[in-house]
Amino acid sequence: MERGEEEMIESAEKAKQDPIYLNALKDLIYQLADDDFIISFRGSEWLGLAPHIEEDVAFSSITQNTMGHALMFYNLLEELGEPEADQLAHERQSNVRKNAIYFEKKNGEGHYTEEPYYDWALTVVRNFLYETFKKVKLEAITKSSYQPLANVAGKVLMEQPYHLAHWKIWFNQLYHSTDEAHERLQARLLEASEEIGDVYELGHHATEMEHFELMISEGTLRERWLNEVSKTIQEFPSIDIGKKFGSGREGDHTPDLNQALEILSEVYESDKDAVW
Amino acid sequence: MQEQRLQEVRAVLKTVDDPELPSVSVSDLGMVHDVKIIGSQVYITMVPTFAGCPALDFIQRDVQKAVTELSWVSECEVQFTFQEKWSTDAITDEGKKQLKKHGIAPPPENYQPGNEWTVACPYCDSDFTSMENVFGPTACRSILYCTTCKNPFEAMKPVVDYVY
Ligand SMILES: [Zn+2]
Repeated sequence: MERGEEEMIESAEKAKQDPIYLNALKDLIYQLADDDFIISFRGSEWLGLAPHIEEDVAFSSITQNTMGHALMFYNLLEELGEPEADQLAHERQSNVRKNAIYFEKKNGEGHYTEEPYYDWALTVVRNFLYETFKKVKLEAITKSSYQPLANVAGKVLMEQPYHLAHWKIWFNQLYHSTDEAHERLQARLLEASEEIGDVYELGHHATEMEHFELMISEGTLRERWLNEVSKTIQEFPSIDIGKKFGSGREGDHTPDLNQALEILSEVYESDKDAVW
Repeated sequence: MQEQRLQEVRAVLKTVDDPELPSVSVSDLGMVHDVKIIGSQVYITMVPTFAGCPALDFIQRDVQKAVTELSWVSECEVQFTFQEKWSTDAITDEGKKQLKKHGIAPPPENYQPGNEWTVACPYCDSDFTSMENVFGPTACRSILYCTTCKNPFEAMKPVVDYVY
């Protein structure tokens, strides 16, 4: 995306002057924040349960870092007049959340404190697809007309290659190991393809986002993402991609998100002043 | 007088350590972006290292406390900005020296994002090292192993401006 006629918006004060611009901008940031937030919540549920101790350390480190990214995006929203970051993360109802639906999916059957029967194949596939997507979306956003957002995207992109590299290694190693591992990943990939179609959508304000050069178009985003995925999984782009549960970008969600929010708010209510 | 006060604040910042990297000051880590002095009030803008760094609140508190101990300071405000990009290139030579002294290898130079990397062993300087875990106990560190002296050691992860 070339910076053309549109002027750069350097501050929250300036963004607030045009309500149409402001609403499109806020919606875009909510998508980024909510994606990072829910994926790191699902990650945090794995604490102590990962396949081995080194993975436990690595995964929790990635999760903590991703939560830090969510916080930076919520802070940007706060500057734009939204409630404070803590409230945005913990107190919003599911129908105003903008994360893609696939990312809220439970880690598996069972419950963290009881019998956590979680599926590692789902986690590897999901995180791999997430990090490839995050990379291309943020790359586009470094050229966004809203300077503070472009700056944060640039900062996140300096740290994120480690996350992507981590899940790429997991995916490749399992995909080329036993038949069982291969089949389980394949099944999870197929499942992902049926559900993840809202990920590259931009929601109700898609047209304005493109018009104001906040973001590239959905079509281009989709194309770049599939291209990035195909560097690791050649066959993925040829699979039909659907959105079985609707569009999280438009506020559609599954009961899995409510389940996550209930757990989150329990922890949050019990200790509101905790630093996270 | 202004110049002298600025230098005093800068000197204090060289004494405040990152709680996760004891013995390396926030100043030598390149976390201090800007210092402004208005009369007896000091305003410090800092750049966080990793976004998920849980130590930010402690650093903020420690810096504030240390600067307020200067006799002429009535108030010190410390803010983190996410608008500036910290990179491991911002670590000073003194910072690198201190890291090494405490068994943490400084980040490699000329690193390309996404690529694999290793660094020389901080204990014996051997290049025969291998990556054990890219993610160490905190997001900013990795765990490596030295084949020569058989020690595991930590290294700061290179974080550089992303080129695309
Ligand atoms: Zn050695």
